[in-house]
Amino acid sequence: MLQLVIFSTLNGVLYGMLLFMMASGLTLIFSMMGVLNFAHASFYMLGAYFGFEISRRLGFWPSFFVAPLLVGALGALVERYGLRRVHKFGHVSELLFTFGLAFIIEELTQMFWGKLPVDYRVPPSLDFVAFRLLDTTYPAYRMFMLLTAIAMFVFLLAILTRTRIGLIVQAALTHPDTVAMLGHNVPRIFMIVFGVGAALAGLAGVIAGPALVTQPSMASSLGPILFVVIVVGGLGSLQGAFFASLLIGVVQTFAVAMNYSLAEAFGANAPPLLGDLWQVTIAQLAPIIPYALLVLMLILRPTGLMGTRET
Amino acid sequence: MRARLLEVGDLHAYYGKSHILHGATFSVGEGEIVSLLGRNGVGRSTTIKAIMGDVPPKGSIRFKGEQIAGLKPHQIARKGLGYVPETRDIFPALTVRQNLMLGEKGGKGARRWTMPDMFGMFPRLEERADTPGGVLSGGEQQMLTICRTLMGDPDLIMIDEPTEGLSPLMVEHVGRLLEEIAKRGVAILLVEQKLAIALRISKRLYVMGHGKIVYEGTPAALEAASAIRKEWLEV
Repeated sequence: MLQLVIFSTLNGVLYGMLLFMMASGLTLIFSMMGVLNFAHASFYMLGAYFGFEISRRLGFWPSFFVAPLLVGALGALVERYGLRRVHKFGHVSELLFTFGLAFIIEELTQMFWGKLPVDYRVPPSLDFVAFRLLDTTYPAYRMFMLLTAIAMFVFLLAILTRTRIGLIVQAALTHPDTVAMLGHNVPRIFMIVFGVGAALAGLAGVIAGPALVTQPSMASSLGPILFVVIVVGGLGSLQGAFFASLLIGVVQTFAVAMNYSLAEAFGANAPPLLGDLWQVTIAQLAPIIPYALLVLMLILRPTGLMGTRET
Repeated sequence: MRARLLEVGDLHAYYGKSHILHGATFSVGEGEIVSLLGRNGVGRSTTIKAIMGDVPPKGSIRFKGEQIAGLKPHQIARKGLGYVPETRDIFPALTVRQNLMLGEKGGKGARRWTMPDMFGMFPRLEERADTPGGVLSGGEQQMLTICRTLMGDPDLIMIDEPTEGLSPLMVEHVGRLLEEIAKRGVAILLVEQKLAIALRISKRLYVMGHGKIVYEGTPAALEAASAIRKEWLEV
């Protein structure tokens, strides 16, 4: 039991930090531009595939730095030549634009790399056991993922709160017009934020690719969870996204590890009228939990944990 | 005749389908304080927003001899035009100091105003330098928003209703600040409801009605023209 708690907590925090690497960009983009970017998880997937492609040619470390930059540049281009033009037709057009983009990226990925998962492996330099606790080993690569995510978080926080461009971004979150009239080029700030958001998602993909599975459906399976994170955290709130990421990461990881069902709790006294429902375990319910949280949050507290607005 | 810093000719502007400005024509000289008066809804704020590029303008807007109609707001600001919105728009989560820093445009060269200047004029802002802008009082926020725009070193600052909702003491402060700004060679285009302060500090005044300029004169002339005041200003 203790073993389960320790390792599930570690894995949950790791999963949560990975979610935050994506949710942070998504929520910043949303609060600045009002765009709910459906293609955000696609940048994560591109990060994994670019990482795979570059690491088999040049090795893992070059790909660790180059792949996120490529994804970031692609994101900046999407904003500059796509979203910015669609912007004048309103938010629905922007939403549909990113929706279409997500499908295009998925299809193109399948054309280039096929429908089956690619063989993106943990690099040998990180493929060892980090520690052993209560007869269970924990891989070093997971520790590396966790440290990367934490470093990224500290870096992002430092930029946002300590640099001039960070201040401009913070101000533009609430008052983009005022920021422009003080002489700052707000469209360029938007492009940078979109690019950095995409690069962060790309970095998450590069490091998650070897640990999880790099396949064309990885974007569409992760995308909805990201929306849950930013709604539960409060749209546009970075702190909210952070806590919601950890919450969902930990809750889901624990749920998957639990094999309890109602039938076990009630033993032989279980009334037969619900049939097989009694046999359903918490682990089987795990995929539903984030969405249940989403629905409940929207009903009970539409602004999310730390958000200030409803839409 | 002095060189005109800002020359607006036949300016039209629309909010959606409604036609707000119907050909306003006026000018502001270097270092001059000019007021734009008129009742609510006659288009004074829209005039400033159109000059700033926040509302799409039709017509001619020349600043330092250069056509600026059609440029983007940040480009216009970088030409040396400052804008202080009626809504003040303090960045509420940022500190007073950070708000002021965002007024700077990051260019090189000597500037008229520094942060110590601002703190010298308003010790209250220095005391609260590290508090979030959102918790300041209305008057303090007004000071902060004017100072924030000054940090960008404009040659002309357009200020929309700076004394609205302020105590008489704060109104007095704002009046003195405006005179100090003009003394340093910055021209001011002031939109005001309160006739008293506009008459006291302005060199010239324009009265707007139905989206046009209906009167131009000095404060003394306007004080004498009771018919104009009755028709276009008094409620």
